[in-house]
Amino acid sequence: MATIVAEATGQAILHEEHEQSFLRKYIFSTDHKVIAIQFLIYTLFFLMIGGLLAMLMRYQIAWPARGQLPLGGIFPESMVASGYILPEFYNALVTMHGSVMVFLAIMPMLVGVWANYLIPLQLGTHDMAFPRLNMLSFWLMVPAGILTLASFFVIGGAAGAGWTLYAPLSARPDLSGVGLGQIMWLAALVFIGLSSILGSVNYITTTINLRAPGMTWMRMPLTIWSLFITAILALLAMPVLSAAGIMLVFDQTIGTSFFLPEGGGQPLLWQHLFWFFGHPEVYILILPAMGFTSEILSAGSRKPVFGYKAMVLALVSIAFLGFIVWGHHMFQSGMNPMLGLTFTVSTLFIAVPSAIKTFNWMGTMWRGNLQLHTAMLFAIGFVAMFAIGGLSGVFMASTPVDIYIHDTYFIVAHIHYVLFGGSLFALFGAIYFWYPKMFGRMMDETMGKIHFWLTFVFFNLVFFPMHGVGMVGMMRRIYDSTGYAHLQGIEDSNALITWAAFGLFASGFLFAFNFFWSLKKGRKAEANPWNATTLEWQTPSPPKHGNWEEVPVVYHGPHEYSHPDVEDKDWLAQNERPDVVSPAAGSH
Amino acid sequence: MDWALPPNYSTFGVVIDQLFWIILVITGIAFLLVEGGILWFCIKYRGREGAKAHYTHGSNRMEIIWTVIPAIIIAILGAYSALVWDDIKGSSNRPADALEFLVVGKQFEWNITYPGMDRTLGTEDDFTVRNQFHFPVNEDVTILLESEDVIHSFFIPELRVKQDAVPGMTIPVWFDATQTGNFEIACAELCGLGHYYMMASVTVHSAADFDAWQASQAPAAAQ
Repeated sequence: MATIVAEATGQAILHEEHEQSFLRKYIFSTDHKVIAIQFLIYTLFFLMIGGLLAMLMRYQIAWPARGQLPLGGIFPESMVASGYILPEFYNALVTMHGSVMVFLAIMPMLVGVWANYLIPLQLGTHDMAFPRLNMLSFWLMVPAGILTLASFFVIGGAAGAGWTLYAPLSARPDLSGVGLGQIMWLAALVFIGLSSILGSVNYITTTINLRAPGMTWMRMPLTIWSLFITAILALLAMPVLSAAGIMLVFDQTIGTSFFLPEGGGQPLLWQHLFWFFGHPEVYILILPAMGFTSEILSAGSRKPVFGYKAMVLALVSIAFLGFIVWGHHMFQSGMNPMLGLTFTVSTLFIAVPSAIKTFNWMGTMWRGNLQLHTAMLFAIGFVAMFAIGGLSGVFMASTPVDIYIHDTYFIVAHIHYVLFGGSLFALFGAIYFWYPKMFGRMMDETMGKIHFWLTFVFFNLVFFPMHGVGMVGMMRRIYDSTGYAHLQGIEDSNALITWAAFGLFASGFLFAFNFFWSLKKGRKAEANPWNATTLEWQTPSPPKHGNWEEVPVVYHGPHEYSHPDVEDKDWLAQNERPDVVSPAAGSH
Repeated sequence: MDWALPPNYSTFGVVIDQLFWIILVITGIAFLLVEGGILWFCIKYRGREGAKAHYTHGSNRMEIIWTVIPAIIIAILGAYSALVWDDIKGSSNRPADALEFLVVGKQFEWNITYPGMDRTLGTEDDFTVRNQFHFPVNEDVTILLESEDVIHSFFIPELRVKQDAVPGMTIPVWFDATQTGNFEIACAELCGLGHYYMMASVTVHSAADFDAWQASQAPAAAQ
């Protein structure tokens, strides 16, 4: 074993000559690529769990009086009794669907998987700045996952106060019926927070310090920019949630009254703390997706990203504005209505950078040579669906309209257009795009395209009608809507949504099959199957431990496709010089 | 499948609905431009063998256009929303001589305290009825909204009224119904096991009918 100091970056790297033990290589690994794959398997599992919870919830919403839940017998009596989903279990489903999807599936899939995998590879370095912290950030997620799953089976069941955990309901077992389950979820949140903070420190440090020679800030791929900004958001926001969560546990267990009015506390304090975290969290959940989309659209259009600088500026301004808009979740909360005015202004203005990004993505596609492979379809799908989610957000940013649509299914439609049509579409795109790099094999394109179209159609059948149901006035999180006069006549819509949701869930299994089948049977991938320009494609698929034999040197920006001076091919890697690739090249 | 706003029966609802439709038109146009553009690009620029993409890093002029236009539209929308919001919720616009009721949410019912024949809360002839909210049409009504236990949300869809009820706070909410009729108060904030049936009936009376109803209730409540 020899320690070599790479002059270019000044970092010490270990070239390990000996075979690592199985345990060190695959389980307690400090290799960022292995950790990313661990995160990927973990988050795909919880994506399925979160989906399953949603299916149970949808069954109840569509057919509240029917009972006869298929396979209802396998659930304990405390959840499903003689075929009927019980209201307490329904509340747990609502709560844990949101919680699992946000904290155990989407967020760690966006950041845990792709920040880990892509930051060192796209920056041209050997590993993260703190490989052991990195390993710890994954292993902290394991107790979080176990606590979450186990909480369904304790007395009182899993947390049932909504993923937003509004106090006093979340703090008073006597009022919610949930005691231990709530504490277990809050404990899981503390683990998740710690994991996220450690990860963020690592991503920020690595991005600042370990860029390959020539990789200036304005030459970084937009994926890196978005993950870097996301890490800053997470580092500033997660501690607030962790602290608030601990205060909530204290209220529930040792008799403090942070959020309980009986002891002088303030229920609204919880909401301020939660949303001070929660709105940056929304951008944590979308910025990386925007980065992947920019990358895939550029490669798939064979064009540089349109308006790279504007894209970076938009990311930064979204991140900044993201910290001063939290009150828009609280327009009807009892907060002083005059505060609502200021939050309306900041909220409407955060729409501007989102619009800029959307137009720049369209600009990237404009006059391109579009390669409509599965990853590209999901990236285009992201732009199309994110646009709808952004536009529906204008309704609730307008405070008077929000009076009516707040806490209705209109909001549910909006968040899913952003979180599923946005984040998850981009994540599917990212998996199809970087799978060959991760595993050295291609995912099957035919299955991929079928998966895309099923997802696209079913997704819209599930979530578009929710706007309509919300307009009618259906409240969120209700176990049975049939008792309300104003909700008569939406049964058909709810049944349609549920059938489409089953289709959406089922199409996920096609993806899962493709994913695992391709590990063994997929076509072998070359180093750069998409003819892409960023550094990760300039090393073998999958990259070896340490990523590079020799640290690459970067000569230009990240998305040089169809450069007019380059002959024979329509791309120029970041570590290639145009005058070397095409000696005729001139001044570029 | 009838996806529409329920009929509106309040003075504020008129402007709220108007704003809803204005936003729907603006976002609808943006929706068609964006989705139509994406679809058009997918067809027009789909990959062809030997084709080469147009090499460009962007255009500052376009950046300015698509920054400034949305910003202007949004600024106007924001300013108009703020005016309407202040009209509806601003404490200086709270009607001075409104008929007042006390509405207290608790798991899983709404308790409404009526001012009685003297039309004043906090006097001897007040009485409380569970899950029934009666009030007169064409008159400013203010409810003082409280909660005994957890957060609830007072929602009457047809009056376009929604306000969270927060334990430890008394929140005034005012509105003016324009038609008599029967509606429901729904709870819009998850409040526990019975959240879905936390419902009360709403009856909007003519002024005379309301007085008669109060008179019929007062003796019963006095016992």
